[in-house]
Amino acid sequence: MANVNSAVDMKTPQVDAKKVKKKRSQWYEVWRRLRKNKAAMVGLVIISILLFSAIFADFIAPEGYDDQDLTRRFASPSSENFMGTDHLGRDIFSRIIYGTRISLQVGFIAVGIAALTGGTLGAVAGYYGGKLDNIIMRLMDVLLAIPSILLAISIVAALGSSLVNVMIAVGISSTPTYARIVRASVLTIKDQEYVEAARAIGANDFRIIIKHILPNSMAPIIVQATLGVAGAILSAAGLSFIGLGIQPPNPEWGNMLSSGRHYIRDYWHIATFPGVAIMITIFGLNLLGDGLRDALDPRLKN
Amino acid sequence: MHKYILRRLFLLIPVMLGVSFIVFTMMYLTPGDPARIMLGESAPGHEVERLREELGLNDPFLVQYGNFIKDLVVHQDLGRSYTNSRPVMGEIVSRFPTTLKLAGLGVLVAVIIGIPTGIISATKQYSLFDNISMVGALLGVSMPNFWQGIMLILLFSVTLGWLPASGFSTPQQMILPALTLGTSSAAIITRMTRSSMLEVIRQDYIRTARAKGQVESVIINRHALKNALIPIVTVIGLQFGFLLGGAVLTESIFSVPGLGRLMVDAIGQRNFPIVQGGVLFIALTFSMVNLGVDILYAFLDPRIKSQYK
Repeated sequence: MANVNSAVDMKTPQVDAKKVKKKRSQWYEVWRRLRKNKAAMVGLVIISILLFSAIFADFIAPEGYDDQDLTRRFASPSSENFMGTDHLGRDIFSRIIYGTRISLQVGFIAVGIAALTGGTLGAVAGYYGGKLDNIIMRLMDVLLAIPSILLAISIVAALGSSLVNVMIAVGISSTPTYARIVRASVLTIKDQEYVEAARAIGANDFRIIIKHILPNSMAPIIVQATLGVAGAILSAAGLSFIGLGIQPPNPEWGNMLSSGRHYIRDYWHIATFPGVAIMITIFGLNLLGDGLRDALDPRLKN
Repeated sequence: MHKYILRRLFLLIPVMLGVSFIVFTMMYLTPGDPARIMLGESAPGHEVERLREELGLNDPFLVQYGNFIKDLVVHQDLGRSYTNSRPVMGEIVSRFPTTLKLAGLGVLVAVIIGIPTGIISATKQYSLFDNISMVGALLGVSMPNFWQGIMLILLFSVTLGWLPASGFSTPQQMILPALTLGTSSAAIITRMTRSSMLEVIRQDYIRTARAKGQVESVIINRHALKNALIPIVTVIGLQFGFLLGGAVLTESIFSVPGLGRLMVDAIGQRNFPIVQGGVLFIALTFSMVNLGVDILYAFLDPRIKSQYK
């Protein structure tokens, strides 16, 4: 008997330990897996540096983004202006630092617009099904039939070029992707027992969608959003490049590139550095996005 | 299978109607009077009003849209360019082959680079080659193609003087635009080929082939690649559609006289019939390509084909 008792005694704390381990949130597990992924950590560091430069641009940038000095036009990179100056004698490094503000803002807000509208439409379509589902998803098919950069171009052409319109255009053009992702995951979740249980105790549709379904379909949305910020920054830079995006003198990277390309034969540095800035940003976001995908769904890894 | 194709083609009609409605509405809402744009700022008011009446611009919105669709379906007419009064359809049709050629060359570049790199990466997983090509692929996706185009011009045209920086009539002129457009797709195809090959290589029938002593190169090229190709072909098709949109930027960098450049110029001149027609035309091609990919996919994979019987 004593033996049995001690066996039980020994078992009890073990069960507790297991419970405690299980109670560690799902997000902690994700973070633990993400931390092990070196590439994702590099991405995270890059994005953190960019966020830091965006927030503290006023302290990091040696000069203002529109401080012109025509006596030093087209100065090559030197110890004074380490990325050189542009055709108006503005310090390119300072403009790039201020540019992080615009690019990150466009990236995050455009994705926010897309995820919010697309997510809502997708959740409603998936949850209610039937006619409503058909109407919403056919509308998304129509938007998907236009290549997204072209859709963004047409929207900006119609609305006029400005920072806000670029965000709206890029946001709308990537809305269908989120609608599809959210709809697909709502469809797999809505018939699960815990949703049924919530309905049985009298939760209304809104509460079920917000409290039970959306939190459980977050993983694919987060991955898509991280990669989506990269796509949005690229699209916005592309729009500015063809003169449809954020207008000068705002230091948008695509627009700096666009004005620098006219002098490419004599002054290489003007168009080179803004492009490097875009590339590093997108690279960081892609590394982080890939890492998040692996961390959120280890089955997909390979 | 035929039924499936017919049904999908039939479904394209409402989608294209939707696209035309969205594009028409956007252009309708754009500020600026088309009659004023056509006649110029100095034209007298009554002339502008006469032209508005003639073009049907005073009609209610839905009537205007109805007329637009009727002209398009019955006469294949997309209206007239505001700047030179030529039919929009003619302008688009004359420019489109160039864009198609550019996108086709872009895909070719992507396939030539992407598939072999992906195969080698998969067969030598975690080797130096694999690591370098994966970082390269990620950089390829991260590079904005308009910047890459400028850098290629800087290197091959300005510094080395090997290739021309603009135009699209000689093979030399096509190299840089095709390379610029194809790079990000090459990266995507590399990653897809690698992961698809990795999945196939682990399967039992490959182990069987190895066990019976088959030569490794035959195993990879004949046994594994054939099955791994199915998702790769899908990605290639989707990339082709995507590159039709991406060509807009590439054409502006290299002054390629294609549909994309026509549209960008038209936006600058507020020449909306061209923009509207161009978007419709590209959307139709894009949808057809995607449909073609779906059909090809079913054709390549007997498991899916059997579902449509």
